[in-house]
Amino acid sequence: MELTLLDFLRIDFPALLAAVLACAACALVGNFLVLRRQGLMGDAISHAVLPGIVGGFLVAGTRETLPMMAGALLAAALAGVLIEAVRRLGRLESGAAMGVVFTVMFAAGVVLIERAAASGVDLDADCVLYGQLETILWLEPTGWGSLLDPAALAGLPREVMTLGFVLALCAGLVLLFYKELKITTFDPALASTLGIPAGAFHYGVVLLVAATAIAAFEAVGSILVIAMLICPAAAARMLTDRFAAQLALSVLLGVLAAVLGYGGAAFLPLWLGAEHSLNAAGMIAVASGLILALAVLFGPRHGLVGRRRGLRRVRASATPASSPGPAVLGGEA
Amino acid sequence: MQHFIGRHAAAEPGSGDADAGSSPLPDPLPNPLPNPLPSPLAIRGLTVAYHRRPVLWEVAYEAPPRGLIAVVGPNGAGKSTLIKACLGLVPKVAGTVEAFGRPIGEQRRRIGYVPQRESVDWDFPVSALDVVAMGRYGRIGWFRRVSRAHKEAALHALERVGMADFARRQIGQLSGGQQQRVFLARALAQEAQLYFMDEPFAGVDAATEHAILDVLRDLDAAGRTVVCVHHDLQTVGGYFDHVLLMNTRVVAHGRVATTLTPELLARTYGGQSQAFAAALPARQDARP
Repeated sequence: MELTLLDFLRIDFPALLAAVLACAACALVGNFLVLRRQGLMGDAISHAVLPGIVGGFLVAGTRETLPMMAGALLAAALAGVLIEAVRRLGRLESGAAMGVVFTVMFAAGVVLIERAAASGVDLDADCVLYGQLETILWLEPTGWGSLLDPAALAGLPREVMTLGFVLALCAGLVLLFYKELKITTFDPALASTLGIPAGAFHYGVVLLVAATAIAAFEAVGSILVIAMLICPAAAARMLTDRFAAQLALSVLLGVLAAVLGYGGAAFLPLWLGAEHSLNAAGMIAVASGLILALAVLFGPRHGLVGRRRGLRRVRASATPASSPGPAVLGGEA
Repeated sequence: MQHFIGRHAAAEPGSGDADAGSSPLPDPLPNPLPNPLPSPLAIRGLTVAYHRRPVLWEVAYEAPPRGLIAVVGPNGAGKSTLIKACLGLVPKVAGTVEAFGRPIGEQRRRIGYVPQRESVDWDFPVSALDVVAMGRYGRIGWFRRVSRAHKEAALHALERVGMADFARRQIGQLSGGQQQRVFLARALAQEAQLYFMDEPFAGVDAATEHAILDVLRDLDAAGRTVVCVHHDLQTVGGYFDHVLLMNTRVVAHGRVATTLTPELLARTYGGQSQAFAAALPARQDARP
């Protein structure tokens, strides 16, 4: 029993913590992509940062977080500017512009990785795509008490520290600029006339998404990052009509997906008698997808089931003399 | 010192203003006597282009000290662009816009804006009251929360458009006219002195039309200036005092009674004018 507790604290706890922090941070900033109807931007940014990560790594020569983060932020800023430029100069809709920019930049990153591999450096694209949640270990703990022991906590893996910092940064900025983020997301034109620089906030969101994505990559991989940027925010939108509740709920659902997904990957197969556990990042992405599906089906007002019930109520309340259902609804819309 | 600005005085040298002065209009120059108060809105040599196609060409206009002003012209005449350029939302190629004698960018507190209803996502998770409170954000300032006093101001603005009962309603569950009234309430919450409104009457129900009209008349009575893009020639005379006829350039401006003539409309609308001119007279003198 003591052994399994230690195993949990040393192997599962740090990985789970990293997943929870990554999912919470991605879910929080993901709101501003989903509500701006720029969900593809998450995809674009998380791919476009690859050449920056590799470039930072090549320049610094280490896998330290800071140079890679700096390179990635530069690449994200470049991607943001390029997307805007392609959209304007090429007169394309923004989805097409994003598609052009992020594929080209991702390809450049892959080429850079090949070059790095040629010079005998260990960095591979798989790790960027799938992450390495399973390799995050915390060797210090000796029992439950270690969770409160500063010396042991200082030994938490670097990925967890980085994710904790990024989550705190995201939460702090969202709290600080709550009002400004709300108005620049809903009505950037009005925000501009009030002297709130909507363009700067757009790029700020892009950079924050980039920082979050990079911090989360290493731990959970880019596929999970993309899922977590979209799914919790989209699910929360089905459950509430209030902005603050939307932000809080998305973070909650992100954490829920992390816990369920990790549990489903690490423990469920063993309980079911399987030999191996599943890929945790993949299961978390699946869990977030399931949560979104449930929210779409059963959301109180926007869910499919609830909406059908609403329709029936409208039909029932329409008098027989009036026109049939669709026309009644049309008048309300 | 800048009171004698002509319609192309502020144009860039060499920007092709040779033909700008050739249109035979009723004198567009403002009163040459020095004005004691600066105009609420003075536009000079304003040129805007999208992808090198001019949308506004050397627009010059000085709003009268008070009254409701309609901006009228055919589709694609640059009416919305004029408002957006005044507000700094689209880049200017040339020209200046002043409000109350100073660059409009320095006067944000005194400017209110009602954008077109289609410009935002009505599925956004906010209530009507939240949206109206956004009109107060310029006053609240950075980092601060929306205080109770500001919420009350927002609620009062909703009352003025007859929407207080819908304050808690998510905006997507309002009808088109109700959404338009929420936008108007938001502008009222800005407590501005100069309002720009982009087609507030477009596609609204009769109740909303009356509510908007009441608000416009209240604003006028309180000495505010309202510049309103308007598409319905039949109601221009009934709703507004002044009209700015434009089609990329300014065709004419002045009091509705003297400016909304069949000849000037023909010049504004080009070939499509006959039907408009025929539809015109009815309610022209409804406003004193």
